[in-house]
Amino acid sequence: MEPLKPVPASARIALGIAFFVLFIGAWALVTATGFVQPLFLASPWQALASGWSLFTEYNFIGDIGMTVWRVLGGFVLAAALAVPLGLLMGAYKPVEAFFEPFISFARYLPASAFIPLLILWAGVGEAQKLSVIFLGSVFQVVIMVAVIAGATRIDLVEAAYTLGARQGGILRRVIIPAAAPQVMEALRLVLGWAWTYVIVAELIGAQSGIGHMIMDSQRLLDTGQMIFGIVVIGLIGLVTDFLFKALNRRLFRWATL
Amino acid sequence: MPDTPPLAPPPLAHGLSVRGLTRSFPGQGRAAPTLALQPTDLDVRPGEFVSILGPSGCGKSTLLRIVAGLDRPSGGSVHLNGQGVTRPGPDRGMVFQSYTLFPWLTVEQNILFGLRERKRPEKEAREIAARFIARTGLRGFENHWPRQLSGGMQQRTALARALANDPEILLLDEPFGALDHQTRELMQELLLEVWGSDTPEARKTVLFVTHDIDEAIFLANRVLVMSARPGRVKAEIPVPLPYPRDWTVKTTPIFAELKARLMAEIREEVRKAALV
Repeated sequence: MEPLKPVPASARIALGIAFFVLFIGAWALVTATGFVQPLFLASPWQALASGWSLFTEYNFIGDIGMTVWRVLGGFVLAAALAVPLGLLMGAYKPVEAFFEPFISFARYLPASAFIPLLILWAGVGEAQKLSVIFLGSVFQVVIMVAVIAGATRIDLVEAAYTLGARQGGILRRVIIPAAAPQVMEALRLVLGWAWTYVIVAELIGAQSGIGHMIMDSQRLLDTGQMIFGIVVIGLIGLVTDFLFKALNRRLFRWATL
Repeated sequence: MPDTPPLAPPPLAHGLSVRGLTRSFPGQGRAAPTLALQPTDLDVRPGEFVSILGPSGCGKSTLLRIVAGLDRPSGGSVHLNGQGVTRPGPDRGMVFQSYTLFPWLTVEQNILFGLRERKRPEKEAREIAARFIARTGLRGFENHWPRQLSGGMQQRTALARALANDPEILLLDEPFGALDHQTRELMQELLLEVWGSDTPEARKTVLFVTHDIDEAIFLANRVLVMSARPGRVKAEIPVPLPYPRDWTVKTTPIFAELKARLMAEIREEVRKAALV
């Protein structure tokens, strides 16, 4: 192995799969040999069997749909507010000076710690779930977008001025298009974090969703179902990430050349 | 005409006039402010091609940026066609040393940028863009992204983008400085070709900043030499070579003689700058 030397595509895929195989193999080994009791850790096939029953007997698809909708709903609301605000902060320094100190403080407030308060304010319905995701994402996105927009190449802005652009043109036709690919990357990152908040929100006071299913399974000591639920979250994350990347490549072909 | 008369004459009604222009940059911490530009006077008449030649760090780019309206002078004034310059505008087109094409726009869209900002009708704008694409040899590259182009092709596009806006004056800040030697010479010829394709009365006024002596002589009908920092115009040397010029003028005795004179002027300044 040489430092920084690229690896061929085929070898990269093989290596990536190899770790999954090793991981599941080790998991199968410790459960099959009885090294770990089934009460604490279900075997891979047990988890799969539990998953099958989740889909066929317990309408797990409904839970998945519920959770996806909560994540996307809260995240879209957060992005709809945070992206424009972040762009304005990046472009206009007084706006940044006004909001930045508060947002830097607010983004360290743990979203999950707000859950009891949010239940008090919004009840245990969907509004509470969405607001957990919203609170967890909105400040992160604002700060990231502000930094991205603020780092717009100044020579491009100057070139636009010498071509006759005014304030509004600079924002709309230089800063926004220049920032767009990185803003989408930031959204992809924060969407991953939003998935962790939604599960926490569903562990407390929820009647549906993947988090709620995991909570129910704990009461029945069904580690197979719990593990299957966690794996499904990972898989959904993997798929969304892939879709997001594909969308970015399509939208911003110029940035990937 | 002397360049710094005792009493500065009023700005030209047509062309570019710089009067008593100074620029100092605030010092870091308690350091004294740095003077980048000593009081500078300068006139460029319509259709003239003037090179500003100076050692690096002499303030020649600062001078050009103030003319463009991208930097504020500490004192003095800039007038274009009798109008005071305080901010950037499409009447002063600029090509930068760094590659400043908008990477999210294709070659054609880059050239259309200024025309669209100024709300020219789309059909007319496209015709103008097509004309400059042809003139700068970019046909067939209209739909390429800047990242797909070589440095030379990017600067051609930047030149076409500035010219498509039909500016009163073209400001060129070492536009070929990042290119390799051969590409650079081709680009100089291309620039003269594009500039010279208009009738002498219709030619663009050009202010070209460079530290390359050959380039300064080859392009301009007047070379202004700047002193080491803090910069001022220390010499003015007319170039009596007729247009159109091609690379062969670089081998003529007149060229060699001009080059020798400019080298002597510049060497003195570079030595001063090196001692600072």
